[in-house]
Amino acid sequence: MFFPGSLATTLKIECIVEQTYGPWWQSLHRTMLRGILGKTFRLVGYTIQYACIAHCAFEYVGGVVMCSGPSMEPTIQNSDIVCAENLSRHFYGIQRGDIVIAKSPSDPKSNICKRVIGLEGDKILTSRPSDFFKSHNYVPTGHVWLEGDNLQNSTDSRYYGPVPYGLIRGRIFFKKSCS
Amino acid sequence: MAQSQGWVTRYFKAFCKGFFVAVPVAVTFLDRVACVARVEGASMQPSLNPGGSQSSDVVLLNHWKVRKFEVQRGDIVSLVSPKNPEQKIIKRVIALEGDIVKTIGHKNRYVKVPRGHIWVEGDHHGHSFDSNSFGPVSLGLLHAHATHILWPPERWQKLESVLPPERLPVQSEKESLHGSP
Repeated sequence: MFFPGSLATTLKIECIVEQTYGPWWQSLHRTMLRGILGKTFRLVGYTIQYACIAHCAFEYVGGVVMCSGPSMEPTIQNSDIVCAENLSRHFYGIQRGDIVIAKSPSDPKSNICKRVIGLEGDKILTSRPSDFFKSHNYVPTGHVWLEGDNLQNSTDSRYYGPVPYGLIRGRIFFKKSCS
Repeated sequence: MAQSQGWVTRYFKAFCKGFFVAVPVAVTFLDRVACVARVEGASMQPSLNPGGSQSSDVVLLNHWKVRKFEVQRGDIVSLVSPKNPEQKIIKRVIALEGDIVKTIGHKNRYVKVPRGHIWVEGDHHGHSFDSNSFGPVSLGLLHAHATHILWPPERWQKLESVLPPERLPVQSEKESLHGSP
């Protein structure tokens, strides 16, 4: 082992080594560098490939989601794991009674999980539970009416109105039953 | 015989390998980074499609810029139509959440844009199906930001985020990053 002397000594030793061994030292440097560069590129390439496959799977097929909040009790409890599929959304097969995951109309970065009560053209009871007089409305074209199963404790279409179909992300088809 | 079978298997394996690499990467790029689209209709004249149906502009749509749903007043954006989810519409952002807009042809004279929504209008007022018809749109419907016109070559240009002075919001809560026009 070399004693870690001054920088000048190290450089001088390297120069001697280069002069003695010359092209062999340089080619060793080059292959080591190429090996490390090659491995890095391969790692980056695999990461990009798997990230793209994951994006395609979540966007077009489906995924596993964790729901939080009490608005869908007793169907879905807080912190339940559910499986959502996106094929129905792309083929416009969402029906009344489906539980869907949608982007929140007031905050596009968060998702909401509600049941589809009415499709476009349906007549819906739109008054809030606290109102005395009931009012009905028709769901406009291109929109759906969402309500949580826990009507007392759910902020849904009764508060922010009908939700555009374009905000729906996927349909829940399976819930992992917890103890 | 065995050699030709080996050749077919090797070709098939190479094809599958290429397919599963190229298709997801291309799809992800077109969904998340950028894509191109042809503009149809007269709702954005004279900025887009000034020649009408004779020559449609082709624009570059930048998804990456709107991945965090950050838009400025004056941006030309494409969004999923609230009335028809199969269709994308391209309009200019007039007002952001919290602004009060003076509408043209809407049932209310003044509208306050709710939280998480934007007000979009086409440049060709009267020939445009925009927020004056369907109200403020949710930011979740935002699809991409149109940044450049790519075709025809004589119209190759960068699209500026400029708001016509008569369409400035009456009152705005958020300060725009661009200076006053």
